[in-house]
Amino acid sequence: MVPLSYYLILGGILFACGVTGFLIQRNIITIFMSIELMLNGVNLSFVAFAAQWHALSGQVFVFFVMVVAAAESAVGLAIIIAVYRNRETLNVDRINLLKL
Amino acid sequence: MTPNLHLWLIPLLPLVGAVVNGMFGKRFSRQTVSGVALTFSGAAFAKVLVIAAQFSSLNLPHVETVAAWIRAGSFQADFAFYLDSLSLVMLLVVTGVGFLIHIYSIGYMWEEDGFYRFFAYLNLFMFFMLTLVLASNYLVMFIGWEGVGLASYLLIGFWFTKDEAASAGKKAFIVNRIGDFGFLIALFLMIQHFGSLDFTQVFQIAYSRNVESGIGLLTLIGLLLMVGAAGKSAQLPLYVWLPDAMQGPTPVSALIHAATMVTAGVYMVSRSHLIFERAPLAMMVVAIVGTLTALFAATIGICQTDIKKVLAYSTISQLGYMFMACGVGAFSMGIFHLMTHAFFKGLLFLAAGAVIHSVGGEQDMRKMGGLRTKIPWTFWTMTAATFTIAGFPPFAAFFSKDAILYQAFVSPYGSWVYWAIGVLTAFLTSFYMFRLWFLTFFGEYRGEEHSSHDEHGAASHGHGIHESPKVMLIPLVILAVLSICGGWIGSERFDKFLAPALHSDSAVMESSAAAHAEPPVSETLLSGVSILAAIGGLALAWLLYLRRPQLPQEIAHALGGFYEAVVNKYYVDELYAVLFVKPLLDGSTKILWQGIDRDVIDATLDNSAEGSRKVSDTVRHMQSGNIRSYAGWVAAGAAAVIVYMVWMGTR
Repeated sequence: MVPLSYYLILGGILFACGVTGFLIQRNIITIFMSIELMLNGVNLSFVAFAAQWHALSGQVFVFFVMVVAAAESAVGLAIIIAVYRNRETLNVDRINLLKL
Repeated sequence: MTPNLHLWLIPLLPLVGAVVNGMFGKRFSRQTVSGVALTFSGAAFAKVLVIAAQFSSLNLPHVETVAAWIRAGSFQADFAFYLDSLSLVMLLVVTGVGFLIHIYSIGYMWEEDGFYRFFAYLNLFMFFMLTLVLASNYLVMFIGWEGVGLASYLLIGFWFTKDEAASAGKKAFIVNRIGDFGFLIALFLMIQHFGSLDFTQVFQIAYSRNVESGIGLLTLIGLLLMVGAAGKSAQLPLYVWLPDAMQGPTPVSALIHAATMVTAGVYMVSRSHLIFERAPLAMMVVAIVGTLTALFAATIGICQTDIKKVLAYSTISQLGYMFMACGVGAFSMGIFHLMTHAFFKGLLFLAAGAVIHSVGGEQDMRKMGGLRTKIPWTFWTMTAATFTIAGFPPFAAFFSKDAILYQAFVSPYGSWVYWAIGVLTAFLTSFYMFRLWFLTFFGEYRGEEHSSHDEHGAASHGHGIHESPKVMLIPLVILAVLSICGGWIGSERFDKFLAPALHSDSAVMESSAAAHAEPPVSETLLSGVSILAAIGGLALAWLLYLRRPQLPQEIAHALGGFYEAVVNKYYVDELYAVLFVKPLLDGSTKILWQGIDRDVIDATLDNSAEGSRKVSDTVRHMQSGNIRSYAGWVAAGAAAVIVYMVWMGTR
């Protein structure tokens, strides 16, 4: 049996990759994918804990997170398309209409 | 079974008049405004007359509760009205004289702007004054007490565009506050120790106590009540507002500052007589204050040249007599003098108003003279009033003033000193009143010629000295008749009428009854002395102002500094300015305004605003608009939270 710590370390690495990508990438779609990466890092630790403690609630949470992430992707991609149609760019640094 | 008299109607009627005139008067014609004012004040008078007619069949004191007002624990104060012989006399005076002055005002104020405003205020005053007089507890009385102060303020400052009038109004209001402060503390003491402000209950408790020899609770309450009365009734040392109050229109001076409002203090002291009778020390203070005020104001009155100022000081002096009467335990005589004073002083002011009216607004007596033949009606009514106030028999004030002087001599509280000062004051009163009379009506006219010498010649004849319209003369005549006959009731009968309201069967009164049985001096003798004083005043005034008009100048020169002091009203106003007004003003300016307000309160706010602006200025750079830096902050924050949690977990 794979020890719990392996899962957690992998989850942590996934999350750290997500954060790093989120912070350094400029393309909005890459940022979006980084978010998914962070979510999946969290999901992994959820299921790892669920298996360790034989508790179902962790798995139920994962389903919730996946559903919400799917919904978020649908809305987010729609927004990205709308942004691209208006600004013809996906660089977040140039999408700064709200800035004074 | 006593019938319901609907006492609440009496004060409410003038209030309705005030509201109607105050809210819609601007659009009314002058006729309508005066109609409304007269209807409502007249209706109140009629209502009082109806009550007076059935008075003998009433069960006294007659108390009517209109509504509950304050109920806090065991303390209770209701909107309730209280009728007994004392309030009936006051009601008759207030509504009767008030109604006459309303009539007079129509003529006097006809040309003025703000005609409706004047009558609205006048009716408002009647409302508050009647509330004061009819109140059944000290709290309702206090409403009226403050209300008349408000009406007085509004009416003194009626010509508010004139600086002196506006500040005179303020002065009256502020000086009255000092008195009201004493009154309020007295009320608080009553609530604390008696648990009630209701007349019946308070007096019952006061009555059940022993006569205090030193300073006890009742003495303290009595003294504080006297402070209130001194403010409202312009006694030493709070009299300074009344002479300035003459800036108001003359009918106001007649109604508020002579006949009714200023006598509220006398009424209040008489109403509280059961408290004062248990506190001989307070009584003595009342008597001394009254006596000194009478003399003090009379001496100032001698040297005034403004016809209304003379009357103002005369009012203060006469009020002093009333307090002297209260202070020696002759409360009914105080009220008797209050009534006759309302007649003759109201008349004097109205007649003075007619004189001022006829010479085109001039108030300086030195510029009058010889008006006897030009305004005969005014002259004759003024003559009646002058002889009355001087104390000639058989005019009204002879009876009331004489009764006071007699009581001051024989009453167990009295002393021959009060009497002597009283007689001296009577002499001075007679002198300054006849001075006014001679200066105004006799000799040559000393003012500017209005009709013959100016360029308009005959065309402006109507602007010359002319008799006042009938609407002003009729009240004068009625008041003149009252001034002459008002005293014929006789002090004995008046005393008996007021007895249920003003007498207690205490030991003091019994000893006073014993004194009555065996008076140390005969009343006739004392009357003789005061008549002599009156004649002396007349003779001296005649000598100085008609026979040898240059003599007053010489005397003034001979007296030098003292004369200067009297002309300048003993520098009391200046003294108060140095003692109270200037320190207060300087303190407010330097400490409260520039010190605390500007350097502490304002500075705190300014500095904290400046500080938060600086902090914001540095912090605002976080808000770069760069989405990744935001995300970085979020990540850093999350990391910090995690570190904190881990640290908490491992501890």
